[in-house]
Amino acid sequence: MALVQSIPIRRVSAKPGQIFAIALIALFLAIFLIIPAGTVIYTAFTEKGTGALTIVNFVDFFNTDLFRRSFFNSVYVSGMSVVWATAIALPLAVLTTRFDFRGSLIIQTLGFVPLIMPPFVGAVAMQLLFGRNGTVNLILNDWFGIRIPFMEGLNGVIFVQSLHYFPFILINLSTSLRNIDRSMEEAAQNLGSSGVRLFRRIVFPLAMPGYLAGASLVFVKVFDDLATPLLLNVKDMLAPQAYLRVTSVGLTDPMGYVISVILIAVSIFAMWLSAVAMRGKDYSTTQRGGGGLSRRKLSRGESVIAYGVVGLILLLVLSPHIGLLLLSLATVWSFSPLPDAYTVAHYGRVFGESSLYIKNTLIYASLAGLIDVVIGGAIAYLVLRTKVVGRRWLDWAATAALAIPGVVLGIGYLRTFYGITLPDGTPLATLWVMVVLALAIRRLPYALRACYAALQQVSESLEEAAENLGATKQRTIRRIVLPLMTGGLLAGFVTSFSTAAVELSATLMLIQSNSDAPIAYGLYVFMQSPAGRGPGAALGVIAVIMVALCTLLSHYVIERRQKALGVTK
Amino acid sequence: MLKTIAAAMLMSAAFVVTVHAQDGGKVTIVTSFSKDVTDPFKAGFEAANPGFTLDVQNKSTSSGVKYIDETKVNNQVDLFWASAPDAFDSLKSRELLAKFTPSVTGLPEKVGSYPVNDKDGYYFGFAASGYGIMSNDRYLEANDLPKPVEWSDLTKPEYHDHIAIAAPSRSGTTHLTIETILQGEGWDKGWATLKGIGGNLQQVTERSFGVPDAVNSGQTGIGIVIDFFAFSAQASGFPVSFAYPSVTTVVPANIGIVANAPNQAGAEAFVNYLLSEKGQAVLLEPAIRRLPINPALYEKAPEGFPNPFKDPRFQSMITFDSDVSKKRTDVVDTLYDQLISFQLDNIKGATKAIHEAEKAVAANEQAAARALLTEAHALIAAMPITAEEAASQQVRDAFTGGEEKTARQAELEQKWAAFASEKYAAAKAKAEEALALVD
Repeated sequence: MALVQSIPIRRVSAKPGQIFAIALIALFLAIFLIIPAGTVIYTAFTEKGTGALTIVNFVDFFNTDLFRRSFFNSVYVSGMSVVWATAIALPLAVLTTRFDFRGSLIIQTLGFVPLIMPPFVGAVAMQLLFGRNGTVNLILNDWFGIRIPFMEGLNGVIFVQSLHYFPFILINLSTSLRNIDRSMEEAAQNLGSSGVRLFRRIVFPLAMPGYLAGASLVFVKVFDDLATPLLLNVKDMLAPQAYLRVTSVGLTDPMGYVISVILIAVSIFAMWLSAVAMRGKDYSTTQRGGGGLSRRKLSRGESVIAYGVVGLILLLVLSPHIGLLLLSLATVWSFSPLPDAYTVAHYGRVFGESSLYIKNTLIYASLAGLIDVVIGGAIAYLVLRTKVVGRRWLDWAATAALAIPGVVLGIGYLRTFYGITLPDGTPLATLWVMVVLALAIRRLPYALRACYAALQQVSESLEEAAENLGATKQRTIRRIVLPLMTGGLLAGFVTSFSTAAVELSATLMLIQSNSDAPIAYGLYVFMQSPAGRGPGAALGVIAVIMVALCTLLSHYVIERRQKALGVTK
Repeated sequence: MLKTIAAAMLMSAAFVVTVHAQDGGKVTIVTSFSKDVTDPFKAGFEAANPGFTLDVQNKSTSSGVKYIDETKVNNQVDLFWASAPDAFDSLKSRELLAKFTPSVTGLPEKVGSYPVNDKDGYYFGFAASGYGIMSNDRYLEANDLPKPVEWSDLTKPEYHDHIAIAAPSRSGTTHLTIETILQGEGWDKGWATLKGIGGNLQQVTERSFGVPDAVNSGQTGIGIVIDFFAFSAQASGFPVSFAYPSVTTVVPANIGIVANAPNQAGAEAFVNYLLSEKGQAVLLEPAIRRLPINPALYEKAPEGFPNPFKDPRFQSMITFDSDVSKKRTDVVDTLYDQLISFQLDNIKGATKAIHEAEKAVAANEQAAARALLTEAHALIAAMPITAEEAASQQVRDAFTGGEEKTARQAELEQKWAAFASEKYAAAKAKAEEALALVD
């Protein structure tokens, strides 16, 4: 592994093509991320009333008990969420990639579904199951006279966040595990290593890029997430504080934007830290795993335990969706373990409109996913394979998107693009393309991490070999790098696609008419009244099934590819 | 060549515009109301005014205001339609609304004691809303709780940890409820009541609808809500009840035409439709259930539906002074956040300790313990600023960044929060001391 490092690498000066690529991406990020967000966040550095430049707001931030407490709560919750998310994702990833396990494909897909939590309804469903008077607690109280505060305080946030975001670790770790060459494992086995030691010393370290990509995403995402704490009415965390201050009616309070700046700084710091952790290590292997890791057969006893563990984990992580399904079929569900009666009327109500929402969602989310993979892949390549000045800045700028609240980006888009009018007089900001771009920017960090991890596992010596044989840079990228990165690119696409499909906060600012609306907006419109709860849940179920089907399809493609590779080998 | 293409494009654009003008065109409305409310109105309006189509853009009240403000340079929105009068005030003060005189006449000028329309004709009330207490019957029964009817009921020990409210800084309707209590009971007594309720809260939600949602699903037993949330939940079959406390007010939900509306004629047509008898009748549909502004409609209302124009309860409701309210909006909201929302654990802890001590003292009456409890109550009720200070220019300027400010908003917030956490800790200590005396 370390051998590759010592070879002096011929990448002294930047090629014109690389400079062009970096300029193009920088321009894209500047226009669609930095300028719009900057026009809003600028407020953090101004004095209220006069608008004069100042840093006094940051002094106020650190002098306020509430903000200091919020800061530490956010760090604690993010850290603990990574721990728990790992505990959920690790068994699923290892069992499905390392063992001959029936239903791996289904498990990989189902394990991914928690990421697709439609706004509002997901929250209601969670409360109905795990809330203080949710199904579980009502039954526990009935039988044993106890209640477990699943959904209360910081621990509640950790519980929900780990269930929601562990797929980031699962999907990136699984991709990494699949990419490990079996010969590494076999070599270790020949030298007498096996079992846990083999996993700890060989397999897990080789999968480190994927794990770190996932874990850092979970950390940053939880740190910046405002929906979950707000649904649990936990307000002393940073992201909810920023949101509450940015979105209140009336005056502009600079503190909301100050917190946004702090969120961005911490997110970039966390990503930098994970980059430092990887520095000086080389995880690439020259051989690509034919069929991935050797898959071990499970003995009968092991099978029972393995299926039991997987079943339990799936039941836990899918419970919000089970709740959602029940809600969509319920007439009235109030203070009882299960709904009073069932009906399919809610589906009838949303049936007419849902086809429009589904079409819009598919178009927006897949375009956003494509943009993300192209830009994410390009940034990953520029950072890892070239020495162009400023390449790291692209990485950090793109990562910062994670920390910018959707509503801030939405307002920024309105400010930046509303003044620009098209020939027919309509403002540029009202075009549906802007929604796509906003979604792409918001989800870019996901795809970027996946592409990064994928490229880290490709050995440079393969590219050098190709170039030595006379291939041009372009040809090398097309014929060597891209095919070897396919798994990671697909993982990035799927993550961006599926999370963009249920995104609401930026969308809500930018949607100009019902005919342009994606499914998340439709859901929001329903979920504001008691009678709309069922139809809203029905739309949520449709969204989840739709995204899950697309995910299943792409997993199927990955599996097919891996098998094909294995056979040709 | 280029010129010809450009000319052709212009011509076709002009053609498109004229075609639109002939059939009335698209009326764009930004609203915080749910689909259940907007769909019947859309259908009714388009049937009554053939040629017009209503395009509904759903946004929360606060993002709706932000949206209209941010897009004013090239406004595409005709109407703004929401509950909270303060959102309309905010739009009006930024000159984002247009004046209009509806063709519908003969509507009352006041509902309860609140003027129905903006006095300058910038926005119009179309429905009345009262504030009150919503409760989940199954929840109350399971926890053996009586139905609360008055605000003061909610300060009782038995309701500890059973109540939800939306943060007034987040919900214009809750802000009005808080302000009503403050005006009805006076600044000090009002805050004492609010903090008494605050000590019993289970959750402070960030959206108005979060409260009825929690009550409907039974996550919490009691919620402080606007009336139609409860009525429409009842109509949808949820086991919930609603009561108007004696100190409350009815205020109108509003509609206004946005300044420089692209379809002024369509906007006017919709306002006229909304205020007409046909439009008002839609309000009585089960999924909406709001109190119409047209008194004639109440004859068609379902049994037990409150009538704010006849019902004696509403006549005795207090006068709401919107000038007083406007002056101190930011201060009241921030005080509530800093003293209650963000101090929830502290205030609940102190309140629980007081409840326990009171129970013990009632069983074993001792003057010294009783005195300690009185002190503890006073500590909880203590306010960092007086009503006069709250309305003073110095404090208001701290929030607006005006010239007379003596401190920044962030400094005031920190000061108030520190004040509250210190007092709550002291109150808890007193209550524990009292308990130790009688135990």
